[in-house]
Amino acid sequence: MEKTVEIRWHGRGGQGAKTAALLLADVSFKAGKYVQGFPEYGPERMGAPITAYNRISDDKITVHSNIYEPDFVVVVDEGLLDGIDVTAGLKPEGAIVVNSAKKPEEIIPKLRGYKGKVYTVDARKISVETLGKYFPNSPMLAAIVAVSGVMDKEQFINEMEASYKHKFSKKPEVIEGNMNALRMTFEEVAV
Amino acid sequence: MSIRERLSGNEAVAYAIRQINPDVMPAFPITPSTEIPQYVSTYIANGEMDTEFIHVESEHSSMSAAIGASAAGARTLTATSSCGLALMWEELYVAASDRLPVVLALVNRALSGPININADHSDSMGARDSGWIQIYAESNQEAYDNFIQAFPIAEHPDVKLPIMICQDGFITSHGVENIEIEEDADVKKFVGEFEPEHYLLKKDEPMAVGPYAVSNYYMESKRAQRQGMLNAKKVILDVAKKFEEMTGRKYGFFEEYRLDDADYAIVIIGSAAGTAKAAIDEIRATTGMKVGLLKIRVFRPFPEEEIAEALKNVKSVAILDRAEMFSGTGGPLGAEVTAGLYRARSKAEIVNYIYGLGGRDITVDDFKQIYDELADIATTHEVKDNYRYIGLRERGEQ
Repeated sequence: MEKTVEIRWHGRGGQGAKTAALLLADVSFKAGKYVQGFPEYGPERMGAPITAYNRISDDKITVHSNIYEPDFVVVVDEGLLDGIDVTAGLKPEGAIVVNSAKKPEEIIPKLRGYKGKVYTVDARKISVETLGKYFPNSPMLAAIVAVSGVMDKEQFINEMEASYKHKFSKKPEVIEGNMNALRMTFEEVAV
Repeated sequence: MSIRERLSGNEAVAYAIRQINPDVMPAFPITPSTEIPQYVSTYIANGEMDTEFIHVESEHSSMSAAIGASAAGARTLTATSSCGLALMWEELYVAASDRLPVVLALVNRALSGPININADHSDSMGARDSGWIQIYAESNQEAYDNFIQAFPIAEHPDVKLPIMICQDGFITSHGVENIEIEEDADVKKFVGEFEPEHYLLKKDEPMAVGPYAVSNYYMESKRAQRQGMLNAKKVILDVAKKFEEMTGRKYGFFEEYRLDDADYAIVIIGSAAGTAKAAIDEIRATTGMKVGLLKIRVFRPFPEEEIAEALKNVKSVAILDRAEMFSGTGGPLGAEVTAGLYRARSKAEIVNYIYGLGGRDITVDDFKQIYDELADIATTHEVKDNYRYIGLRERGEQ
């Protein structure tokens, strides 16, 4: 990685986009990177659109502004595509990942002429199959790792397993489901 | 030995509080500082520290309780933001005039109104005349490091003043970044025990704290307070030196970034300094323009002469304020740096910008624009509008 990779997350309050950004910072830190993970706060409430950001680099990061020209964008809620210009400033050599059951070709018309790569991942299907409930967090996190290449997939899997073991030490029954969600996402998102 | 970690600014300060394990923490929650008492409460509930946490009904009460606890002889701290600090107003002055070394973890947030939860410095800048030492942070690392240095500065017998350790709301308080933390035992040893000379629970020395002072005494007590603030300068540097011996991380009154040979300088406080550094590196690499930065760490006491000395060779200076003062002539940092440069007979052209109010973002491009304007001013020697806003939207602009 030659420079700082910048990622912008779009989600709705309560869906875990902020948590996913912080998890990405966490796992990238463990992979030896300099990281930033930060939400943009306003008067948001459950269900309102929210934005969160990541910077990941081999060098120390000092910039403390929001990200206006991201390398990658993650959209955790497909419904946001109608109201929000999610590709604003997104670099054409970068990519966007949308949580959707649709194919990228069906999403592209909603991306306001974005010329870069478009990926979709059916986080609902993956989440329900592996966890029995809809938590788009883990699949979207795996998807952006696959698409951005910020870290090695195998290293990501190992670090996440350690994180989940720590995080869910009181309910270990959910660890396997989350790990399966990550693996299934890697299979679905062909880069 | 430092430990590599990644923490938000609030997590970092709470971590430092756990390591220091002070005697008393009264606190009332307010965004964006709420997490600090929240995490501390968790540490206490888990038995990782035994600080007496006092749940109070307002910030007026939290600072009152802090004053009582500190006067009794307890090492005391609290945390707040914005309107919480404003509600402490009366007590801020009482803590300072009673010479109580209370530590306040301040997470900077705009004052109402309009109501806003995001970062600016209007809260702490409003409290700049209350007699508190004020130290600001650019990053989570600095928030943590400054917090560890807070008690040794405040409690020093030559100082005995309360201290505010400030960081920018959300930008550093809620942003996760890499950080180096110190071992618990090293922090405890560095901070040491609080051994006040006079305190209410000293049974052989009955005393009153905060009584009425008639005109015969009031003015002398204020002059004594000023002496504590003047003495704080040496103590701040001594503590920073000891901190550097422990961690290798160097601190002073301010940080000079590529200022040695700079023609054009920005003076700024807080997290935006990091963004300015990125702009400086880019400008120097692409244009060769000699640009630099002076980032204020210690605002109270104000290191006027040292700032003027550091800026003596620059052609033009932009002073950036993240607070309005409504004097109609500039911001608080602008006024004080300008006065310092005048007294030092500086020939530099000076311009004051207001930026970032209520969390308005400031970007690398904004800093590039400021340096371009500094170059213009240095050439033309004309500062048409010496008190300007940057990042302000024009009518109709998105």
